[in-house]
Amino acid sequence: MKKYKWLVPTIYIIFLMLPIYWLLNMSFKTTTEIINTFSLWPQEFTLDNYKAIFTDSTWYNGYLNSIYYVVINTVISVSAALPAAYAFSRYNFLGDKHLFFWLLTNRMAPPAIFALPFFQFYSSINLFDTHLAVALSHCLFNIPLAVWILEGFMSAVPKELDETAYVDGYSFWRFFFKIFIPTITAGIGIAMFFCFMFSWVELLLAKTLTAVAAKPIAAIMTRTASTSGYELGLLAAAGCLTIIPGVIVIYFVRNYIAKGFALGRV
Amino acid sequence: MGKTLNQKAWFFVLPVFILVAFNAAIPLMTVVNYSFQETFGDNVFFWEGTKWFKQILRSERFHAALGRQFLFTSIILIIQIPLGIAIALSMPKKGPGVSICLVLMSMPLLIPWNVVGAMWNIFALPEIGFLGKAINTLGIKYNFTQQPFAAWFTTILMDVWHWTSLVVLLSYAGLCAIPDAYYQAAKIDGASRWAVLRHIELPKMKKVLTIAILLRFMDSFMIYTEPFVLTGGGPGNATAFLSIDLVKIALGQFDLGPAAAMSLIYFFIVLLICWVFYNLMMKNEGQK
Amino acid sequence: MSKISLKNLSHSYLAKQNKDLDWALRDINLEWSDGGAYALLGPSGCGKTTLLNIISGLLKPTKGEVYFDDKKITHLSPVERNIAQVFQFPVIYDTMTVFDNLAFPLRNRGFSRDRIGARVKEIAEMLDLSETLYNRASGLTADGKQKISLGRGLVRSDVNVIMFDEPLTVIDPHLKWILRSKLKELHQEINRTMIYVTHDQTEALTFADQVVVMHEGKIVQKGTPVELFEKPKHTFVGHFIGSPGMNILSCDLKNDEVIFSKTKIETEKKIKVKKNYLKTQIGVRPEFVNFSDSGIPAKVLKVSNAGRHQIVDVECSGGKLKMISSAATNIPSENVYLKFNSKYTHVYGDDWIIEE
Repeated sequence: MKKYKWLVPTIYIIFLMLPIYWLLNMSFKTTTEIINTFSLWPQEFTLDNYKAIFTDSTWYNGYLNSIYYVVINTVISVSAALPAAYAFSRYNFLGDKHLFFWLLTNRMAPPAIFALPFFQFYSSINLFDTHLAVALSHCLFNIPLAVWILEGFMSAVPKELDETAYVDGYSFWRFFFKIFIPTITAGIGIAMFFCFMFSWVELLLAKTLTAVAAKPIAAIMTRTASTSGYELGLLAAAGCLTIIPGVIVIYFVRNYIAKGFALGRV
Repeated sequence: MGKTLNQKAWFFVLPVFILVAFNAAIPLMTVVNYSFQETFGDNVFFWEGTKWFKQILRSERFHAALGRQFLFTSIILIIQIPLGIAIALSMPKKGPGVSICLVLMSMPLLIPWNVVGAMWNIFALPEIGFLGKAINTLGIKYNFTQQPFAAWFTTILMDVWHWTSLVVLLSYAGLCAIPDAYYQAAKIDGASRWAVLRHIELPKMKKVLTIAILLRFMDSFMIYTEPFVLTGGGPGNATAFLSIDLVKIALGQFDLGPAAAMSLIYFFIVLLICWVFYNLMMKNEGQK
Repeated sequence: MSKISLKNLSHSYLAKQNKDLDWALRDINLEWSDGGAYALLGPSGCGKTTLLNIISGLLKPTKGEVYFDDKKITHLSPVERNIAQVFQFPVIYDTMTVFDNLAFPLRNRGFSRDRIGARVKEIAEMLDLSETLYNRASGLTADGKQKISLGRGLVRSDVNVIMFDEPLTVIDPHLKWILRSKLKELHQEINRTMIYVTHDQTEALTFADQVVVMHEGKIVQKGTPVELFEKPKHTFVGHFIGSPGMNILSCDLKNDEVIFSKTKIETEKKIKVKKNYLKTQIGVRPEFVNFSDSGIPAKVLKVSNAGRHQIVDVECSGGKLKMISSAATNIPSENVYLKFNSKYTHVYGDDWIIEE
């Protein structure tokens, strides 16, 4: 039975790749072909969709803008979440359980509610159409996520590790960075990827808070829903390209996720 | 594990609190305000008390949408959570397979949700889409734009395709974080594979699974973009889940009062269920 | 119960080895007779955990063989070897009670309920866990959890060897000695082979009948605590054991005579110089350096009072030395003469003792 373990992820991956292949397929077709014919590979192979994206500066600026604010948000979210998660994991303090749950509630409120007030607020402090505005507004739902994920992983590390380090003479920050963080790399890797991912796909706030200078890729893609209907080929090409940055992120953190920690020496 | 009482821990939490509260506070006031008022346009508001809340809670349309939503979310959770855990358990922890699995499995998560809806729309169309064509070739009459069952099937399949990887990644990371010593001790104790799952892996994954379940619950309960692009809520009202219905009311009829009231009710339902579930899962934590 | 033999054991964590340090263990040959209490002592990274894991079966060695009672078991799994191991951090089944934790190995082997019940209660009694037997295991303190870990090893009456990998690391300092005494007591009660890995010399020397000192993947000395103390075979053992460690300073060997600090040093037996050494050193423990009317001229630098004794820092032309004198001794304030107890003075060539 153990020998066939690999079958499970393989079948799952095939299931995942079928629609993605279809997306790739579409990206090399013209919209007419997509709508009118069924073909497993492009009958009239065309690079026009990709050409349009790479030559139109609004498209690739869109990518860069998205990458920019998503990275800012990921860094802010995970950095702020680390000490907070540590506090939730190790300490009791006034209101801690309620604060922890309150964080989650921020992820529950649909962004639609926040769109207009955010727009008014960020305009009023002159941050409209900046990457920082989008990055900060995404903190609303990403920071709670990061805190919850990190707290979950930190709680799995026995508290004896902390105490042994103090007995051995480590100062708190030295312990935190040299000993504690290496034990939760899986949590940090996952938190980083999820913050990246949720910020990357967030459409509404990113569209609302930007105009030209910081316009993200997601917003530009809605442009493809023109009066003549969706420009499906273009949308498919753009869709394929949006997969790439996130894949780079997960590739980058893959070792952090899979490493785990040995109950080794302090 | 005992936590020490330490009020200074608030300093650790301060950055998080500021960043989140500052985002959360202002808009909430606005919404709560709307929900208690009537609007006749021109930003003229009349205080209406709880009229909208009563109206919504009694409306049959609301009940129908709520029912559809609960059904959808339940199916999603029943499929995605066990499936995600099972896949995570079968993934390799070392070697080239790790990168391949992580990279490929994360792809569906990264596609903007409107593109997901659009690509599945084409993918599932009976004449020009791979899935649609395949099912019809097998002899089953399948058309998700006309048949409610097919619409549900396609929407669920799309969501499973899109979001199961979230459960997989979280579970996988949780599994990798279990120190080797536990597996070694289990080996020495002669434990069976099932015993290892039951006594070591699942308990140690509890927190991570809680997050996965809560996330999937919230996101599927509030799902909007993907089904909207895929079916538009149709055919008819078949896949008009709660948020789709809500947006129809708010934007279509421009009835801000009922819409805001519905948003608040919506929010409270999610809040309540999450709170109950969270307390259930965390019942035994901190018990000495 | 088994005699354990290790033959030509070498292990490397790397796929290819270019230099000595690529090997975690180098050519280990060891024999332990049945039922003893042994310690593997050495600093972090010396290979003791690697060796332990090879004996327990959690690791397969790159080269060499392991024998239990002359039976080659190098490739058997831990379950097949019938061993028990206690790790550095308590490893318990959080969701189970103490009772269920202890019963787990027996249940997996299909013992009857009555037998399990009796055995678990017996072990719990031995480990002072009877009070908390039906509590959730996760609620115990660190030392309680380690006792559960230990208990899971002891419940199996056919266990061959019990191995400890720095088990007191997370225990509160003031509880360490209680647990240590308990382990010694247990060993005398059940007479099973126990191997204890640690970097703490006190733990090793108080627990074990025989201590194996390791350094950089090799065994440096194997002997009783007394032997290690009185006659270290390697300068490392001299440094590592004793608090403060042995004084090791350069000396000259001329015509079978030991010259240190321009003075001829008497040793118990005559030194026979067999070859040319790059480095010759003299080693004598602070406990065996005494004040005298004649001998090595030296100057007293500092006196530290450590309660039961005094630690004196002195300096002579050969270098700085530490001495231990009883609390009652009057320490002269300036120039003194030192004498080494010849029975415990040793000479080392290239770090290894030059035997007489």
